[in-house]
Amino acid sequence: MNFETTIGLEVHVELKTKSKMYSPSPVSYGAAPNTMTNVIDFGFPGVLPTLNKNAYRLGIMVALALNAEVEHHTHFDRKNYFYPDNPKAYQITQKEKPLAHDGWVEIEVNGQHKKIGIEEMHVEEDAGKNTHATDGYSYVDLNRQGTPLIEIVSKPDITSPEEAHAYLERLRQIIQFTGASDVKMEEGSMRVDTNISIRPIGSDKLGQKVELKNLNSFKHVLNGLAYEQKRQADILRAGGSIGQETRRYDEATGSTILMRVKEGADDYRYFPEPDLPDYHITSEWIEQISHEIPEMPDKRRQRYIKELGIPEYDAGVLTDTKEMSDFFDQTVALNADPKQVSNWLMVNVNAYLNENNLDLEQTKLTPQNLAMMINLVKDGTISSKIAKKVFAETIANGTDPKAWVEQKGMVQQSDPAVLEPIINQILDDNEQSIIDFKNGKDRAFGFLVGQIMKQTRGKANPKVVNQLLTAEINKR
Amino acid sequence: MLDKELVQHVAHLSKLEFDEADLEKFTLQLDEIIQMENELTAVDTTNVRPTTHIARQESTFRADEPQKGPSRTELLSNVPEQADGFIKVPSILTTEED
Amino acid sequence: MNYFDETITSLHQKLVTKQISNAELAQATLDNIDKTNDTINSFISVNTSIGQEPAFEIAADQPLQGIPLAIKDNILTKDLKTTAASKMLANFRPIYEATVVDRALRAGMVNIGKTNLDEFAMGSSTETSYFGATKNPWNLNKVPGGSSGGSAAAVASGQVIAALGTDTGGSVRQPASFNGVFGIKPTYGRVSRWGVIAFSSSLDQVGILSRHVVDSAQILEAISGYDKHDDTTSTQEVPAFSKIKADVKGLRVAVPEEFMGYGVDPKVKEQVQKAINTLQQQGAVVESVQLPHAQYAVQVYYIIASSEASSNLQRYDGIRYGYRADDVHNLEDVYIKSRSEGFGDEVKRRIMLGSFALSAGYFDAYFNKAAQVRTLIIEDFKKIFADYDLVVGPTAPTTAFDLNSRIDDPVVMYMNDILTIPANLAGLPAASVPVGLADNMPVGLQLIAPPFAEQTIFNAAQVLENESNFLQMQPKMGGQK
Ligand SMILES: [Mg+2]
Ligand SMILES: [Zn+2]
Repeated sequence: MNFETTIGLEVHVELKTKSKMYSPSPVSYGAAPNTMTNVIDFGFPGVLPTLNKNAYRLGIMVALALNAEVEHHTHFDRKNYFYPDNPKAYQITQKEKPLAHDGWVEIEVNGQHKKIGIEEMHVEEDAGKNTHATDGYSYVDLNRQGTPLIEIVSKPDITSPEEAHAYLERLRQIIQFTGASDVKMEEGSMRVDTNISIRPIGSDKLGQKVELKNLNSFKHVLNGLAYEQKRQADILRAGGSIGQETRRYDEATGSTILMRVKEGADDYRYFPEPDLPDYHITSEWIEQISHEIPEMPDKRRQRYIKELGIPEYDAGVLTDTKEMSDFFDQTVALNADPKQVSNWLMVNVNAYLNENNLDLEQTKLTPQNLAMMINLVKDGTISSKIAKKVFAETIANGTDPKAWVEQKGMVQQSDPAVLEPIINQILDDNEQSIIDFKNGKDRAFGFLVGQIMKQTRGKANPKVVNQLLTAEINKR
Repeated sequence: MLDKELVQHVAHLSKLEFDEADLEKFTLQLDEIIQMENELTAVDTTNVRPTTHIARQESTFRADEPQKGPSRTELLSNVPEQADGFIKVPSILTTEED
Repeated sequence: MNYFDETITSLHQKLVTKQISNAELAQATLDNIDKTNDTINSFISVNTSIGQEPAFEIAADQPLQGIPLAIKDNILTKDLKTTAASKMLANFRPIYEATVVDRALRAGMVNIGKTNLDEFAMGSSTETSYFGATKNPWNLNKVPGGSSGGSAAAVASGQVIAALGTDTGGSVRQPASFNGVFGIKPTYGRVSRWGVIAFSSSLDQVGILSRHVVDSAQILEAISGYDKHDDTTSTQEVPAFSKIKADVKGLRVAVPEEFMGYGVDPKVKEQVQKAINTLQQQGAVVESVQLPHAQYAVQVYYIIASSEASSNLQRYDGIRYGYRADDVHNLEDVYIKSRSEGFGDEVKRRIMLGSFALSAGYFDAYFNKAAQVRTLIIEDFKKIFADYDLVVGPTAPTTAFDLNSRIDDPVVMYMNDILTIPANLAGLPAASVPVGLADNMPVGLQLIAPPFAEQTIFNAAQVLENESNFLQMQPKMGGQK
């Protein structure tokens, strides 16, 4: 029996705001427990939510970047459930009229392009953190409570773990380019819940869904779904049936483990949040936000290829992260040759990042310094060999390339007024070499250049030396 | 229409428990209230939109400007059990989760 | 101090001319409360420290400076115990101030203490309080109404000149009616709900009770207006409410036929009719109208209020504040035992009703249906206010009923609110003004105005206060020289 797979993804992304979704508490990481909180985050009696305009704005920005339709008349809803990290015992979210609906992204798997639909996306608040200790107690920290989130729900278009992986990569990339979120799984600013079902090919009814949790990286998503896909197929082939259950991915074994069997749907008793008014999201505001969206990766890639002559593969690498792409754009804007900038980023910078396990933003390299260095080579101030030394210095210490090469005496000598007397002195001292050269011994030319370099302790600009030497020999 | 089983289910959702005598009493009283509520079925509400928000003002937003709240000591001053700045609560009793 | 002969303005004169100091006034108020509180149980806690505050100069342009104000105990007062009359919050000390309290204090008023109420404001008799029932100063065997029964009894017995209440389905107006005082619930959104312990978010509104109409107007002026903490408050300008024009000439007054039905006691009806006649004699144009969906107000209200309450009261879980049961071994125990032991029966009934109405399979038939009928009630009012300035009728179908007579009969109890609930459902300003006695108990006339037209209510209520001479009458408890 052969099966087809249907995968659903619910992705939570933290929106990069200064204050929380419904309270003015600061959004901040790594602070002492319960210090980034106020009476609203604690769900005190008598508190009321107020809506963070910037959080909604970033939500719209993400929606537009994901080609979704923004809802004009919306309100918020309460999702009721008890848990210690959920102080009001309800989450303020959007159920009935989500922020946006019907979006899509395009993915590529094995050279095949495919559009994956997005059912809807809505903004809501994050919960606090509940740490289970071994002493029989849980310890609650409400610092994260109320952090703005956008939840993105896919349509049942994803049919393989690989597509799920590609979809997540694409979401991450696009959202990162909007600047609305850091979208880092390892830091929790992007979180993924999945469900997967399989059915015999041709069957018109979806199979029983299994929810999969504890997916802490894209790789876990890929492996977990692949494991689950096979597990379900094995059960069905053996004549068994799939239970309505929630399973967790186990990193150590690469398998999935049963967490709980669900009996019917959870009853969250959703109803419209009466503490917040209705919201009218105007076309003008949406239009304005659409102009605030930074250039998306696809557009950038096309621009690099068409306008800057960057090879397709390189353009893809440069637009993988916003950080790299922004760095490239900023360096090129400082009148550095795009191909040179691309080469330095693709080769030297990436090698450095890999070697030291760093992100670009964690280094001291600036677009100003990179552009300066490239232009020092271009105008002959330094050789490309020296440039490698300059690069090592400026990426490690943020040193100004021009000042450094001057201070270290690494500047090339390109002035004919200085070089001509030296060249003539060498020619006078080596007349035999001139004769040899004129008799067709090319090696003699190299010998003369070597003598000149020796005389200038390697600082003479080879290109200039070549020109002047040829001219002077021809005069003799 | 309201039986004890449904009342128990709603109590479970509400995190409340009743002894047998109270369950009896609540079932009777709630049933009487629900009977009263069923009079609403007499009203024709075809194409009537529900009113769930009564504020006459739409779209009020807060500027994204962070403000520190009261001190943690103050915030924790009513907490029954706490430790090292955390709110302390007995763990969920379960064999399902790790 | 005998508040029966005073208004805020007369007290202000005495304070400015130093016939009495603010410290003496505060102490006299504490003495008033001390003398009668054992009998009527109108206060849950008294702010005794206020008696030790030094005397200071009262500014002539600060009409509320030094005036003591009683505050219903579901309104948060920083550092002063706020209980909502529940075991759940019996020891709760707020760390922030409700906006209404903040504004009253900024205007110079003095928080004299916290008044009794039905637990979490859920009730019409102040009998569900964890701290015992409040008694009606006119007859100690009768309820003071509710849920702002403590505030109403405190004002009626002359303990204080004015008190804050809250009104979700009539909780200011019905006790005002039962105690023979003025009580107003402003337009939804006129007053901030920040720091008011939520019962039903789309219905709750803070109101004021006082013997004189003008005193409520003065206080409302001070506490109203947009609050950045409450996204449902209105940015509408707050008029100078206390500039009352006691004049109803040409005022178009509607009397819904339905309001004079609904089992309204004939003796109550008689007093109400008398008051309506007074309005007519003073030049108002009075006509009979219909409010066809008002008959469903109670049904709509109990679904919506209870649904919102079931959610609003979930935060009382024994974890961050409030009552925590002793015998707990796991999280589920903390939740279930703390809530089952911390809440009283009426609160539990409403939580249960609300959870039911929102639960899967019942949402459409109950919550959504009620929300639709609410729309129809709002539309009924809109139609009337296209042609009229004011809707009037009785505040309650009866005068104050006997203590313990209805407490075990929720449906009968709920029906007592049928006349006050429509204004909450539609978010309209409404007040009760005393107009006479029936069987020696006060009767109130209800006045309902279009959104933000509180001034129309104050003006008409002042005419009735002037014409009825009700303030000459005094209850059993209080006022005696
Ligand atoms: Mg909903
Ligand atoms: Zn979510």
